[in-house]
Amino acid sequence: MRYALLLHSYEPTPGEIPQEGFEEMERLFDAYGKALQAAGVLIGADIMQFSHATTTLTRRTGSTQVQDGPFAETKEALAGVFIIEVPDADAALAWAEKCPGASYGSVEIRPVATSLADGTWTSHGPA
Amino acid sequence: MRHSPAAEAAAAAARDGYGRLVALLAAADGDLAAAEDALADALERALRSWPDQGVPDKPEAWLLTVARNRQRDRWKSAEVQRTAPLEPDRDGARAAIIEDVDPDAIGDRRLELMGVCAHPMIDPGVRTPLMLNVVLGFTAAEVAAAFAVPKATMATRLVRAKRRIKDLQLTFHLPDRNELPGRMEAILEAVYGAYVIEWAASDPQPRLLPPEAERLAEVLAQLAPGDAEVRGLAALVLLSAARAPGRTDAAGNFVPLADQDPARWDTTLIARAHQHLREAYAQRSLGRFQVEAAIQATHCARRPGAVIDWSTLKQLHTTLHRLAPTHGSATALAAVLAETDGPAPALALLDEAVPESVAFQPAWATRANLLATLRRPAAAAAAYDRAIALTTRPAERDYLTGRRHAVDPEQS
Repeated sequence: MRYALLLHSYEPTPGEIPQEGFEEMERLFDAYGKALQAAGVLIGADIMQFSHATTTLTRRTGSTQVQDGPFAETKEALAGVFIIEVPDADAALAWAEKCPGASYGSVEIRPVATSLADGTWTSHGPA
Repeated sequence: MRHSPAAEAAAAAARDGYGRLVALLAAADGDLAAAEDALADALERALRSWPDQGVPDKPEAWLLTVARNRQRDRWKSAEVQRTAPLEPDRDGARAAIIEDVDPDAIGDRRLELMGVCAHPMIDPGVRTPLMLNVVLGFTAAEVAAAFAVPKATMATRLVRAKRRIKDLQLTFHLPDRNELPGRMEAILEAVYGAYVIEWAASDPQPRLLPPEAERLAEVLAQLAPGDAEVRGLAALVLLSAARAPGRTDAAGNFVPLADQDPARWDTTLIARAHQHLREAYAQRSLGRFQVEAAIQATHCARRPGAVIDWSTLKQLHTTLHRLAPTHGSATALAAVLAETDGPAPALALLDEAVPESVAFQPAWATRANLLATLRRPAAAAAAYDRAIALTTRPAERDYLTGRRHAVDPEQS
């Protein structure tokens, strides 16, 4: 089964976390990513920039509307996505527990329904 | 400066007396963070003045006095005065303290401090880090490394726990007869937590433990010498530490217990552990830590070249599983039963105690091995697959993948 591990966390204000804090975090995520890779379960990983760099677009009203940032002011923002391919939810849970992000934010474990690769949609489970 | 006698005396007093001094300083108002700040100030002052003025006869008492004065300064500061009543005979009391503090008379309130760290209203996850921090004086960064958690996260957690202790007004007191069993259990769990830290994203992780567990357990045994389980825990941790030198080979690879060379184990630690166990058994109240220690002692009793005493291990694991049944105890018992009674009864026990619906990795690895021994390759391969899926450590994964391939060379 394919799962998305969606990392949500509180976004620090500039200067709130010293440079060495970020370096340490990078080191932890590097070890985690390499462990996923070594286990042969990693499909892809992306860590986002902070949400102030976000632009939101909608054509819900018919015309294009572009707005800075996310619509809702929430305490926690999406910080990164890991896509993994593991046999079942228990295995996904075992990896989510080891994610460095879990120690300061939350990790949402969401089954992937379908994905597009090389021009073909592949179904993974109920949508 | 770094290697001057003064600096070394300050470091030694801080190391040996840290928990004792923090416990004493915080006992008055339950403010752990302020107590640590006051002690840090006193240590800094010691490093500045001892090289010139010489190391005092009683370094610990000196630090306590200076730290207390520091606390008083804070108490009488404008901010605090609004909320706390002023101490009437401040100067007199201070003078008395400087004259009178005798290190031998300094009470030891570390057990109370441990009780506060393991209080039911403190999040179980932060109890062990808190003890390592305030009882042994490890910095947030050191504790964070041991738990594979970012330093800032650990620091925040420790600060929050300390604030909670203060805000909830958790008192530093020896638990009374009604509270003691529950409290001591929580304290032991926290010390045990230092011994079995399993949270590592990947191998190899920097591991500071279990030397810390060893020190916490020894401190606890010293504070509560009459508690059989405290002695049992100390023995358990010491026996595990004793085998540390045999746990890796010359190339740094992991060596399983059965293949370790007993000649490389630390006999001094084993002897000290046996002393704890004798004291524990004399109390005639059996608990799970004593049984776990007895299991470790059985392993440690193996002579170089001799085989493992499986029948004693079976007895002990059966007792342990009866006293404290967990998925872990059932899995360990099944592994021993496989040696004494054969794989079939072992598998029966495992299937009953840890059914297939349970995602417990060690149980799946053991089940896979049992099925392989029973020559059921298809079922064994499936169990290996399940165990591999639940494994997040590379070394373990390699081992299991090799076993799986041996069972079913056609596949994978």
